Amino acid sequence: MDGIMSKNNSEYLIERNDNIYEVVVGLEVHAQVTSNSKLFSSSSTKFGAEPNTQVSLVDAAFPGMLPVINEYCVKQAIKTGIGLKAKINNKSVFDRKNYFYADLPQGYQISQYKYPIVGEGNVILDMPGGQKQVGIERLHLEQDAGKSIHDIDPSNTLVDLNRSGVALMEIVSKPDLRSPDEVNAYIKKLRSIMRYLGTCDGNMQEGSLRADVNVSVRIKGSTELGTRCEIKNVNSIKFMQMAIIYEANRQVDLIEEGEEIDQETRLFDTKKNETRSMRSKEDAHDYRYFPDPDLLPLEITDEFIDQLKSEIPELPDDKKKRFIDEFKISPYEATILVSDIDTAKYFEEVVAKMGKNRDMKLAVNWITGELFALLNNKNIEIAHSPISAKNLAKLINLIKNGTISGKIAKTIFELMMDGDIDPQIIVEEKGLKQQSDPKALEALIDKIINDNREKAIEYKQGKEKLFGFFVGQAMKASGGKANPQLINEILKKKL
Amino acid sequence: MTDITSLSLFELIKNIKEKKISSNEASKSFIDRSQKSKKLNAYVTENFENCLKLSKEFDNKPNYDLKLPGIPIAVKDLFCTNEVRTTAGSNILNNFFPSYESTVTQNIWNEGGILLGKLNCDEFAMGSSNETSFFGNVQNPIAKDLVPGGSSGGSSSALAANLTPVTIGTDTGGSIRQPASFTGTVGLKPTYGSCSRYGIVAFASSLDQAGPMSKDVKDSSILLEVISSFDKKDSTSIDFKRNNYSSELTRNIKGIKIGIPNEYRVEGMPDEIENLWKKGIEYAKDCGAEIIDISLPHTSYALPTYYIVAPAEASSNLARYDGVKYGLRSSGESLIDMYEKTRSEGFGEEVKRRIMIGTYVLSSGYYDAYYLKAQKVRQLIKKDFDEAYNKVDAILTPSTPSSAFKIGEKSNDPVSMYLNDIFTVPVNLAGLPGISIPAGRDKNNYPLGLQIIGKPFDEQTVLNIAYSMEEKINYKNNITDWWME
Repeated sequence: MDGIMSKNNSEYLIERNDNIYEVVVGLEVHAQVTSNSKLFSSSSTKFGAEPNTQVSLVDAAFPGMLPVINEYCVKQAIKTGIGLKAKINNKSVFDRKNYFYADLPQGYQISQYKYPIVGEGNVILDMPGGQKQVGIERLHLEQDAGKSIHDIDPSNTLVDLNRSGVALMEIVSKPDLRSPDEVNAYIKKLRSIMRYLGTCDGNMQEGSLRADVNVSVRIKGSTELGTRCEIKNVNSIKFMQMAIIYEANRQVDLIEEGEEIDQETRLFDTKKNETRSMRSKEDAHDYRYFPDPDLLPLEITDEFIDQLKSEIPELPDDKKKRFIDEFKISPYEATILVSDIDTAKYFEEVVAKMGKNRDMKLAVNWITGELFALLNNKNIEIAHSPISAKNLAKLINLIKNGTISGKIAKTIFELMMDGDIDPQIIVEEKGLKQQSDPKALEALIDKIINDNREKAIEYKQGKEKLFGFFVGQAMKASGGKANPQLINEILKKKL
Repeated sequence: MTDITSLSLFELIKNIKEKKISSNEASKSFIDRSQKSKKLNAYVTENFENCLKLSKEFDNKPNYDLKLPGIPIAVKDLFCTNEVRTTAGSNILNNFFPSYESTVTQNIWNEGGILLGKLNCDEFAMGSSNETSFFGNVQNPIAKDLVPGGSSGGSSSALAANLTPVTIGTDTGGSIRQPASFTGTVGLKPTYGSCSRYGIVAFASSLDQAGPMSKDVKDSSILLEVISSFDKKDSTSIDFKRNNYSSELTRNIKGIKIGIPNEYRVEGMPDEIENLWKKGIEYAKDCGAEIIDISLPHTSYALPTYYIVAPAEASSNLARYDGVKYGLRSSGESLIDMYEKTRSEGFGEEVKRRIMIGTYVLSSGYYDAYYLKAQKVRQLIKKDFDEAYNKVDAILTPSTPSSAFKIGEKSNDPVSMYLNDIFTVPVNLAGLPGISIPAGRDKNNYPLGLQIIGKPFDEQTVLNIAYSMEEKINYKNNITDWWME
């Protein structure tokens, strides 16, 4: 491993009676593969359709129906594996995971058990104390189940099979996470990588990204893992963090009381903010995994993998490095700009449109400052920004070349958002061009000094604070359009 | 002219093409005879009216270029047929009407075939005597109260009784070849991957294979040519070059090497089977074949292996029959209660037995000892054949260790029933083509069959040997129509 700082100050510690415990977390993330059709059928995967309108005979497990692998989903899984710097397995096997449930039409889920499509990899997290590497155990493809709806009909459970058969990637991390903050960073980084790759939209509201959270605790410094509990199907980062904090403290309390922790599956109750036992290890399902005889082993050639590798776009870690090297921005700024693919795209477009005389500092400040504030306020994604990268670049250039001041720029920015108006047009229409004619400014300043003789004398006698007063007067007299730099120079000369 | 229903498929096609018989006449003859043969209980669902209608349509606009021009055909009720009830011999699908068609049956309709009806079979094809069917026993037209074999028992009975010119069955461990052997007919199980499994109610996915059943070898070659096709809807379907089986059929098998596996001389095998086999060897020699002794050392493990692999897959394949989506649903207090009642009432004893065995061998702690070991042995069995095929082109064995038995004789003794598959099961485990042809009779005058096993995808050689030996054996069924009043 090269250059990975292991030091991190983001671990979550629990102190009880002189014992210091650390929390150990591993995640099984279920990420919905971005694909128009399902893993083994041609039904649509579009979110939000009327119940049971996107169900094929295969999805509903009619007699004699057979699964046929969707090559696109396989490519998506491999791409994700490449993004996780993981080993792509030349041979993987689909297994049946057998259990009965109303929303599982086949009576088994087609998944991958012993031989997943993707093996070990890793993800780098940017934590306040430095970078941290989190190991990936594996990634495998599997079918999603349908949805049981218990709250529409008072006496029946209704089943919607639209989701049945949709492709999921289960991404299993090693137990390398040590705090809710790291979990937050990990999920965001995974999401970011998959969005860069276009393999999962990462939309947690729509259930495209969910996780089973494995939590254990141990005395800090210990190298052995404690008994873990698995918290099933948590669908937001906030809930994951809350569940981990509750669960870790529950486990520490048990240990401190001299009790054993049962390895069990638990549910997180978001209303009560607590985890509850769902089933113990003894009651664990026997899924009777075996290779699905309807499907042949998935054989992937190195050429196929290489072809996909060549299609991989620049990923966040590389992009960050390039931003730092090429644009001379700080690692902190680069981290922010690459975290979301659309932000990175926007930034790069601004940079491109600024042309030769680009000002990186201004670009970064305007995007992470004014633009982010605007998008936040209006709750808009940057991909749908009311101000295009092209026009923001123009605005920045107008500041850079002295046409307008930073203050005027803010006014113009406000006006631009109403229909993505070209800032140049606003400057011309509203006459907001900065006054940079030295002669005109000299005349203006002469008049101000004349009108405030006493203050000018006081300044000369050493009351330097008054310099600001004169600048203010000059700006006011120019309607804010005077070039502040020139005003400064002229004032210094004249006073 | 002779009775239409006693014609072979080849003769029937010839007569229709020569406009001596119309499709409608042919259909009427088979329907008429079927209606007089209800005692055989060969049909689960009749499609007679529709068949007559379609045959008229064919006659109004005949296309004699088709391979099965206007030929009425009844099929095993394991093939899903669009809008026609498909039961798989089970109560749980008693009222199931598919909205789709299996690839194999679609291939038949595409070549001009017309559905006569759906034929009885063991429940989910689990059985060797047709006694596990929810729709009752099927009579063997050879003699009263004799089983027709299974699981394609309705198919073999209907075929031997001339209720259909040919038929199709499915074969997971012998379900085409054994009933063919019991009824004096021909049954071919093709190489795994030849015929699409799409739309066939699954029993054991890695073993199931559809195939033709007919009165003679030539008819099987005609039907195989129609039903064998590469199908993207079945991931285990194989895209290999398929022969024109019927036009390439030849009796010239001079110099072909036929292996005789020593291990098939099983303990307690009746003398008449041993003698049949010896006679078969002589026939093969007469045809110009070279006989070579071979060894298939893992043969004795085939049956236990099969009875682990097949139930394991079946236990999972049958999980979909849960009362939620289609088929029988019994009402229950809760979801689990509904499952239990539906499956208790919907499945028969043999199916439940196999689900239990399958669930057991896949369960945690037993998987390695049973399922995994069985898979390893399966590879060894396959390897036995691979090695044998370095020396020979085909293998000759008896089809079954006995002739047809009486209804009820073995129904309470599953193991004795399972032993009936001893010669057919290894062929499924190895995915090979195998045919059973009638070759003689036992002391009761019940038919006995010989099995010819081929190399993968070499159905043509199997058919050619069978075609050649068939001529020398010159077997003719003696059906007395005892069931008609």
